[in-house]
Amino acid sequence: MFPLLRQILRTGLISEPAPAADEALRATTQRLADAVLRQLGRALVIRHIDAGSCNGCELEIHALHNAYYNLEALGIKFAASPRHADLLLVTGPVAKNMEVAVKRAYAATPEPKLVVAVGDCGCTGGIFGESYASCGRVGNVIPVDVSIPGCPPTPLQLMQGILAAISPRAGASKSPSLLASDWSCRCIPKL
Amino acid sequence: MQFLDQPIEFTLQRDHATPTWAARVDAPGLLAFCAAVHAAERRLVALWGSDERDRDADLGYALHVAFDLAEGLACLTLPLATENPEFPDLSLPFPAAERMQRALRDLLGVRPDAGDQRPWLRHANWPADYYPLRRDTPDVTPAHFAATNEEYAFVRVEGDGVHEIAVGPIHAGIIEPGHFRFSAMGEGVLRLEQRFGWVHKGIGRRFVGMGLAEGARLAGRVSGDSTVAYAWAYSQAAETISGTQPPPRALWLRALLLERERVANHLGDLGYLGNDVALAFGLTQFMRLREDWIRLNARLFGHRLLMDRIVPGGVAVDLDATGVQAIIDQCHTFRHEVRKLKAIYDEHAGLQDRFLTTGRVTPKLARRLGVIGLAGRASGQRWDLRCNHPCAPYDQLTPQMAIERNGDVAARALVRFAEIAESLLLIQRIVSEMPDGSVRSEIRSAANQRACGWIEGWRGDVFVALETGVDGKVRGCHCHDPSWQNWPALEHAVIDNIVPDFPLINKSFNLSYSGPDL
Repeated sequence: MFPLLRQILRTGLISEPAPAADEALRATTQRLADAVLRQLGRALVIRHIDAGSCNGCELEIHALHNAYYNLEALGIKFAASPRHADLLLVTGPVAKNMEVAVKRAYAATPEPKLVVAVGDCGCTGGIFGESYASCGRVGNVIPVDVSIPGCPPTPLQLMQGILAAISPRAGASKSPSLLASDWSCRCIPKL
Repeated sequence: MQFLDQPIEFTLQRDHATPTWAARVDAPGLLAFCAAVHAAERRLVALWGSDERDRDADLGYALHVAFDLAEGLACLTLPLATENPEFPDLSLPFPAAERMQRALRDLLGVRPDAGDQRPWLRHANWPADYYPLRRDTPDVTPAHFAATNEEYAFVRVEGDGVHEIAVGPIHAGIIEPGHFRFSAMGEGVLRLEQRFGWVHKGIGRRFVGMGLAEGARLAGRVSGDSTVAYAWAYSQAAETISGTQPPPRALWLRALLLERERVANHLGDLGYLGNDVALAFGLTQFMRLREDWIRLNARLFGHRLLMDRIVPGGVAVDLDATGVQAIIDQCHTFRHEVRKLKAIYDEHAGLQDRFLTTGRVTPKLARRLGVIGLAGRASGQRWDLRCNHPCAPYDQLTPQMAIERNGDVAARALVRFAEIAESLLLIQRIVSEMPDGSVRSEIRSAANQRACGWIEGWRGDVFVALETGVDGKVRGCHCHDPSWQNWPALEHAVIDNIVPDFPLINKSFNLSYSGPDL
């Protein structure tokens, strides 16, 4: 037990400041009202769907949970069911064999819901394109709010995109409780 | 040249990084050769097919089978009739061949004469007579065929109290999609049946018509966690086709990237193995190390996962003295850090209780199923290309093979720890002993050539068979993931375990979905 505790203490707090939302990643203007966004901002629940990815994007989504990016400290967590989710984080070109499953997961997600397409494949179909086996970009199958390019996007780019999905409409007043501007939670050690 | 006392005359293929022989064979000859390979305790590497009707009337279609022999790689080609193309079922000597045969039937319309006839990669989303690897099959848009939900004939277990648990294709985590059908009695697993193919993206057809360089990018995205292994295996084949030797320094840099990929994946897996037995500490610590590790990748090589760093002809990166020092320093730190964490894992009673005897694949079963790579080595199977058929620079590095015999989750974790330690040593040697010189040769494609590449990735050996057409573009490319061999072993490993241990057992194998789904 002591080596374990010593290791925790020696590691210390290594979390880094979160990046700001990158508005340029928005595929459509914000559909959600500020009041809804304020609620989401403190407690966003994401359901990840691999719709045909090579698993590269998944590795970087996993990295969001490491102590450096510490996504959960922002109030953002991943759920096991689309029924519990506010946001679908979809990777890959949508494989034809996943088309039905992706549509069903989208239908199972309660409104108001957001969709973030991840990676070059999610944004454009990428190197796999469109064919008998690939529906191409996520937007070909379900409506997309934010597209995060990259092969794969880095954890920081993923955070910028996720934060953009829950940032208020351009021109709307910034809410003080929105994540991108909220640093206080990062100072509390999670022991 | 003949092998295993079989009357098949093999021809040595030129310029391959691993000695490679090829021959044509008839059906009885293929069956006899398979039996001889099995008896000699050698193994099947890959099984794939091609459509030769447009250029070789004698061939029609062709079945290709690659074997790992003591001398190197042996590839047999069996011509198949244009009408009713059928080949002998090879799943008796090599059980792992069954799914490869089913996939080949879906893609090319050539059938095994026995064994499981259910589709594998084709779900009900395109018609049974649409064969994407036939050269006269037209391109279609995704909307051309309607997506439907397939009825798949899972094998039912019957009896009092038996119930089914259906999981997937979308899993309850950040994982690739697949379907697991458990038949359970209470908590105990009686049977697991896997249904994959969900992330089939049509990679085989996508390759057709690509230039050699573009093909390397696609090969590097067959399975993103093994991008280095795939890019290297593909590049070996592309270099053989063009008759180009990559500069010696490029080969050493490739080995550096491959070992860095191995360490990165092992670190992540060890973290998740801790997490799956409720030791979140393990996940936090190992993911921190993994992040440090791949940040250095980004700093020195410009990509966290090292995609597109290996290119046909050499590598797209080089390393200066500061980079060498950064790598040596990092290896020192990591040796110390991983040793500390291993001591904590070793001493943690709760973790050991969950790891030991869980998800066992005995050496005898592993041998029968043909389990390879990391999972194979945890069950006493001595397969590691870096040791068995070392290509440059592994012939000079002579790595130690990590072997365990218990075949449980604990053994697969121990193999990972041992391989991290060995890779850290290798990396230090590579950056210290690397020759100077250029890192990339000019590469020019050649028409109507075929070649193979074969590399030991972190999961097991990755095999690539590449072929060019009359225009020097890719005519066909088969990428083979080691997960083909190892997924069936997982079905056996979970029998008599409890359902809640499945995620742990699955993670201890950490097999690819995208790789074999193609």
